[in-house]
Amino acid sequence: MPYPKRFDGRKFDETRPIVAKVGIIARADGSAMFQIGKTTAYAAVYGPRTLHPKWMQNPKTGVLRCEYNMLPFSGHGERVRPGGGRRAREIGMVTENALLPVLDLREYPNAVVDVYIDLPQTDAGTRCAGICAASMALADAGFEMTDMVAAVAVGNVQGSIVADLTYEEEQNKTETEGVADTPVAFMPNSGKLTLLQMDGHNTRADLKRALEMGREVCKKIVAIQKAALRAKYKGE
Amino acid sequence: MIMSDEKQHVLKYLAKGIRYDGRKPLDYREVSIAYGVSRSAEGSALVKIGKTEVMAGVKISIEKPYPDTPDKGNLMVNAELRPMASPLFESGPPSDQGIELARVVDRGVRESESIDVHDLVIKAGELVWSVSVDLVAINDDGNLFDACSLAALAALKDAKMPGKTENNKADYDNRTNDKLPLKHEPLEITMFKIGNTVLVDPSPEEELNFDARLTVACREDGSLCALQKGGAGELTIEEIDHMIGIALEKSAWLRKKLAR
Amino acid sequence: MESLHMNDKDIVVPGDLLASGMGYLPSKGSYRDGEKVYANRVGLLSVEGKVLKVVPLSGNYAPKIGDKLIGQVTDVLFSGWRVDLFGPYSAVLGVKDATSEFIGRGANLAELFGLGDLIVCKIVNVTSQKLIDVSLKGPGLQKLKGGRTLKVNAAKVPRIIGKDSSMLGMIMQATGIKIAVGMNGIVWIDGTPEGEVVAVETIEKIQNEAHLSGLTNKIKDFLEHKTGKKVVAQAIPAEGES
Repeated sequence: MPYPKRFDGRKFDETRPIVAKVGIIARADGSAMFQIGKTTAYAAVYGPRTLHPKWMQNPKTGVLRCEYNMLPFSGHGERVRPGGGRRAREIGMVTENALLPVLDLREYPNAVVDVYIDLPQTDAGTRCAGICAASMALADAGFEMTDMVAAVAVGNVQGSIVADLTYEEEQNKTETEGVADTPVAFMPNSGKLTLLQMDGHNTRADLKRALEMGREVCKKIVAIQKAALRAKYKGE
Repeated sequence: MIMSDEKQHVLKYLAKGIRYDGRKPLDYREVSIAYGVSRSAEGSALVKIGKTEVMAGVKISIEKPYPDTPDKGNLMVNAELRPMASPLFESGPPSDQGIELARVVDRGVRESESIDVHDLVIKAGELVWSVSVDLVAINDDGNLFDACSLAALAALKDAKMPGKTENNKADYDNRTNDKLPLKHEPLEITMFKIGNTVLVDPSPEEELNFDARLTVACREDGSLCALQKGGAGELTIEEIDHMIGIALEKSAWLRKKLAR
Repeated sequence: MESLHMNDKDIVVPGDLLASGMGYLPSKGSYRDGEKVYANRVGLLSVEGKVLKVVPLSGNYAPKIGDKLIGQVTDVLFSGWRVDLFGPYSAVLGVKDATSEFIGRGANLAELFGLGDLIVCKIVNVTSQKLIDVSLKGPGLQKLKGGRTLKVNAAKVPRIIGKDSSMLGMIMQATGIKIAVGMNGIVWIDGTPEGEVVAVETIEKIQNEAHLSGLTNKIKDFLEHKTGKKVVAQAIPAEGES
C-alpha cells in the first residue's frame, strides 16, 4: 500500500528542518555544525599537516582522511561504546570519496587533511549529515573546492520515493515492500553524484527517480550550507 | 608551541599580577552552561569556559550488578579527548592526558557519593540501574579538568530516568520525568602554580609552562572528596592549604551557575 | 550573453557562479567551466574590469620564495638546523645562510641557534616536494629573544601588516611593543605585559573584522581608546619593524 503521507507530515521531497553553522570549533582550521531534524553532526578540519605514519604519505598529493564517530550518548537506545568499529571506518571511506571530487590536494604532497566528524545526537541520515558538515568545514578552512557537496538519504518507503528518511521510516519494512535506504551526495553545479550506497529493495526505475529527487534536494541543502558560510562574515 | 624561554615571559606577566589575556590570577573566563543539548542522551550539558567547550552525556540502562556488589548500581565516568578539539589530540586509544582526565573527573563524581549507588538498585542481585557519564572535549583552549567536572555535574542534574519495559530493559521510547537520585554536587577546581603565583582557569600556554598543579574536588558542604597533584614541581603544605581555600571558594561560585 | 552575477566585495563561497561569458577572466580563487566562471574558495570577490579574483578570508600558508616567515629551530643538523614553520613542511637553515661570519668545521652549531629558538627567516628555495631552504641573511632577519607569539590565520597576515605596514605602525605607536609578522601566520611581539595584551586584542580584532571596510580607522579608534595614546596611521619603511 503506498505511503500516503509521511509520519511527520512532510512532503516527499522535503527535508527535516536544517540548522547549519560554521567556525564553531576555535582551534580547528575549519569547522561546522550541520543539524537535520534530530541528527546533529560536528565536523572539524585540521590540515594540511604532517602525515604520520610516513608510509601513508603520497609524494604526488595530500591525503584526505575522514573519521566518523558517534558519541557514546548519541545512539537511539543504549550507550555506544567508543572505538568506532568497522561501520565507522566504512563511513569514513565513503565520506572521503564523496568529498575528493571537489578538492585538489596536489599542492600538499606528503601532507594530510584530517576531517573529524562527531555526532552528539542521531536520528538517521548520519553519514549524510557528516558529509554536509565536512563540506562546510573544508570551505571554512579555506581549501580550494570546485563546488560544495551536500548529501541526503533518499529511499523507497511503502512504494513512495522520499527524501531524508527518519529512523522510523528506515525501520518501516513490510513483507512485500522494503525500504531502500539510499544515501547520496551531489555537487550542485554539475549535477554529478559523489556518494551512492543502498540498503534494501528497489527497482531500476524507482532508483532513477530517487536519485533525481536526491539531486534536487542536495541543491537546496547546498544553498543552506552556502548561507552558513556567508553568515560568518556578516556584520561585526 | 613551546618557546625555549617562554616561562620567563609568563613570569614577567605574573610579576605584574596579570596573565597573557589580561586576566588576574584568580579570574575565570566567561562560563556558560546549556542543558539538554543531546536529545538521544538521558541527560546532557554543554559547558563553555572561555573558548574551551566540553559536552557531557548521560546514558542510563538496566544491567545485572557486579557479582561481588549485588546491592550496588553502576556509575561510570568516561572522558574522550576527541581529535576535533585540538591539533595535539590524535585518534586511537586514549593518551596519558585523556586517561588522567577521565580518572580524575570520575573520582570526583564517585567519591563524593553524588549518587549513592545503593539507590540505583531495582532488585538486589538481579537488576540495577547503570549510569554512564561520557565527557567529550569539543574545543580545548585550556582547563579541560574544570570544564569536564562542571559538564558532568550539569548533565547528571539534567538527566531523567528512562522507563522500564516488561522484560526489565530500559525503555527509551517512554522516558519518565524522574531525575537521578543526586545527593551531592561535587565540582573540581584545578589550580596551577607558576613561579610564586597560583592561578585558576589556565590557558594553553599556562598549561605548558607550569611548575605544579592541584585538582581539588569539593562538595557543596565544604568537604573534599578527591585530590590530584600534577606536574613535576613541588608544593608546601601551606601552599596546598591555600589552594584548597581557593578551590572551595571557586567551586561554590561555579555551583551557583548550575542552579536550575 | 555576458553577465556578472555577483558584485565586487561580495562574500563568495565555493561553487558560486560569478559570471557567464568568455570575456571574463578567472584569476586566483576562481575558475572557468565552459561559459561560466565559478568561485573555488571562501573569500571576498574582487572585480577589476573583466578580471575576477577571490581574496581569501581563511586558508593555509603556501610557501613561496622570498616570503619572510617566523620559524622555530627543532633540530641541529650536520651543517645547519631544521626549522619548524608551523605547517606541514619544515625547512632547513644551512650554516652558510645563517650568518656572514666564518663558522669553522668543528663549531658547536647549537650555540648559534638552540632548540626552541625562534627566528625570522626568508625562504630562498622551495622544491615541488615542498623541501624548503631558508636564510637569515637580509634586512630584518634575525633570531628572536623573549617575547610571545600568536598563531593567526595566514590569509589575514596582509591585513595585520596593513598597507605599507601602517597597521603594524599604529600598534607599535600605541603599545610600544616590537613586532614581527611571518607570512606563515605567526606573529611575535615583545614589550611590556600591558602593551602586549593590548596588541594581542588588537590583532584578534583585525582578524575578526578583516573582511570589513574602514578597518584602519576602527583599529586607530580602538588603540586610542585602550591606551589613551594618540595614534597616526602612516606608512613605515620596509625595514622598520623590529
